[in-house]
Amino acid sequence: MIESTTMENNTLTLSDVSLGVIGSVKTPAKVRQRVKRLYRQIRTENVFKKTLVLMGLIMIVLVIGILLTLIVESLPSIKALGVKYLWGRTWDPVQDIYGAYPFLLGTLLTSFLALAISVPFSIAIAIFLGEYFPKGWMPDFLKNTVELIAAVPSVIYGFWGLAVLVPIVRSFEIKIGVDPFGVGIFSSSLILAVMIIPYAASLGRSVIQMVPSALKEAAYSLGATRWEVIKHVIIPYTKSGLFAGILLSLGRALGETMAVTMVIGNTSIIPKSIFAPGNTMASVIANEFTEADKPVYLSALIELGLVLFLVTVVINMIGRRVISRFTNE
Amino acid sequence: MKKNFFSLKSTLAIGVLIAAVSFTSCGNGGGSDKKTDSTANSGSGDDNAIIGAGSSFDYPLFSKLFGEYNKTNGVKVNYQSVGSGAGISQLTNKTVDFGASDAPMNGKQDSAVSAPVLHIPVTAGAVVLSYNLPDVKDTLKLIPSVIAEIFLGKITKWDDAKIAAINKGVKLPSTTIVIAHRADGSGTTNIFTTYLSKVSDDWNKTVGKGSSVNWPVGLGGKGNESVAGTIKQTPGAIGYIEIAYAIQNNMAYAKVQNKAGNFITPSIASVTAAANVTIPADSKISLTNTEAADGYPISGFSWVLIYKEQKYGDRSLDRATKLLKLLSWTIHDGQQFSGALNYAPLSPAAVTTGDAILKSATFDGKPILQ
Repeated sequence: MIESTTMENNTLTLSDVSLGVIGSVKTPAKVRQRVKRLYRQIRTENVFKKTLVLMGLIMIVLVIGILLTLIVESLPSIKALGVKYLWGRTWDPVQDIYGAYPFLLGTLLTSFLALAISVPFSIAIAIFLGEYFPKGWMPDFLKNTVELIAAVPSVIYGFWGLAVLVPIVRSFEIKIGVDPFGVGIFSSSLILAVMIIPYAASLGRSVIQMVPSALKEAAYSLGATRWEVIKHVIIPYTKSGLFAGILLSLGRALGETMAVTMVIGNTSIIPKSIFAPGNTMASVIANEFTEADKPVYLSALIELGLVLFLVTVVINMIGRRVISRFTNE
Repeated sequence: MKKNFFSLKSTLAIGVLIAAVSFTSCGNGGGSDKKTDSTANSGSGDDNAIIGAGSSFDYPLFSKLFGEYNKTNGVKVNYQSVGSGAGISQLTNKTVDFGASDAPMNGKQDSAVSAPVLHIPVTAGAVVLSYNLPDVKDTLKLIPSVIAEIFLGKITKWDDAKIAAINKGVKLPSTTIVIAHRADGSGTTNIFTTYLSKVSDDWNKTVGKGSSVNWPVGLGGKGNESVAGTIKQTPGAIGYIEIAYAIQNNMAYAKVQNKAGNFITPSIASVTAAANVTIPADSKISLTNTEAADGYPISGFSWVLIYKEQKYGDRSLDRATKLLKLLSWTIHDGQQFSGALNYAPLSPAAVTTGDAILKSATFDGKPILQ
């Protein structure tokens, strides 16, 4: 029996084990076997715990290593361009003048616009599948379809966007009288919105299903309608979970490369309207990295990656603060 | 409890330190180490397999050429279409036998290599100006100044007086001109912007030339395919693509006035003609704005790059000889396969220069090809 361990160095030792065999009538051989098994069990426990800790450490070290590599490789560009890089508006590889502002703007614009378009759909699907129809063949089919949206490779979304969505947007633009590019911030936001629906929807559905029935039934017994139960009981209870799902969607949208680069128009001019072409940081890196033939150029692209990394980190931290505030209310 | 927490933190700190040192020194030191690394792939391994990397423009031609060479000579060539810039860096790191590039190495790339590099022209291509004007049946004519002004965003409508002046009798619509250009770095952009820098001071001052430039207007696409797609889908679009894409997709492309004043239709013959000029001994010449009277002005060579001194790493004489023989075959017998794939065969002047350059390649100081 293992009781009251001393926990020296977080491992168990034999002195922690009170040998319950003392006082029982067992042969010496059996006692030896029992002791060996105990040793083995203690070793297994220790090894398992150390392995888990090691896995966690590897993850942390990897992320910090990536950050350090990004910083070190961007140093030539940081030295040459300074802080002006962040609000510079020109991206000129010929004269070695680089500025990340148009791409920063493009990334944030497309991601938040995509989020704004997709959130109503995600929350609606989450509530529908979590509250109204949690079981049945039709909800199962819907659930699998939504998860399939997440499984489709993003290049296929890019092709679909280019072949189907862009002509539709182009004829729409002709109707409303703007330049009929077809590609642009609007098209890429639409495609991104479709791609990020599953993340918030799946997570939202899970947390909505976990709302205790007692709470809901209490509300119903007081005469609340279905809508009122959703608004006043379920949503407040699942606020943090839903927000975490939305944050996940936003994270995916910020980093999405392939689908966006095919339909965003790829110009480094600051977009003047939502239908104008633009560019995102991930798309610029993907396009120009292999042919960057000057060291400052390459370093400027890596610095762009560093900016993207930091933007993602900052947004995640803000999101985490908001979630903890939701949970503590 | 405190003791355990402390040891966890210190393990983490040590781990991060080790990672920092290994990741960052790998990035900087590893790159320079590779130059003197004698275990590079180029030397070791099967001497019957030659490795090359570079221009994606050359890839269709090389696939066919090297397949044919393998049938007749039994030497296998493995070519990776990673882009001109990546091909040059792989050659710099000595991980390939030869690189292929649509532009000669620039100053920065030259200073990064440890030994002189030979440029051998192997094929030539044309960059055509393709447009989408479904109602215009005749082929449009364009002059250099008009092309520059269109791409600078100064001419914005198809029925502008300047375009109408050179296309008398053609009914031009009043649609807005939509420019399509490359979003990724490419040799095609290099050829086109070099041409524009030569013919327009305005372009030279504002934008300049390079594989990747700051386009004043227009939509970017990744690869020739994407630019061709944008042109096909957008009414009123104009863009620059390799001739093979325009021919295979039945797209309309313009006749361009060359230096001699003639309006030349881009074709394989006119590109070969453009290359039939005096070529410098190191063959690093841009064929744009060519002097040849019947040459298409927006043409360019594509080069194969090898080290002049072939004894580096643990390369053998046998391997170097196989490589040189392959390149010699490419510029002579290999040219017969170009036409069918819409590449321009080398002009006689280019072949002569190529021969001379190949003969200057040495192994341990002695010329390889006799």
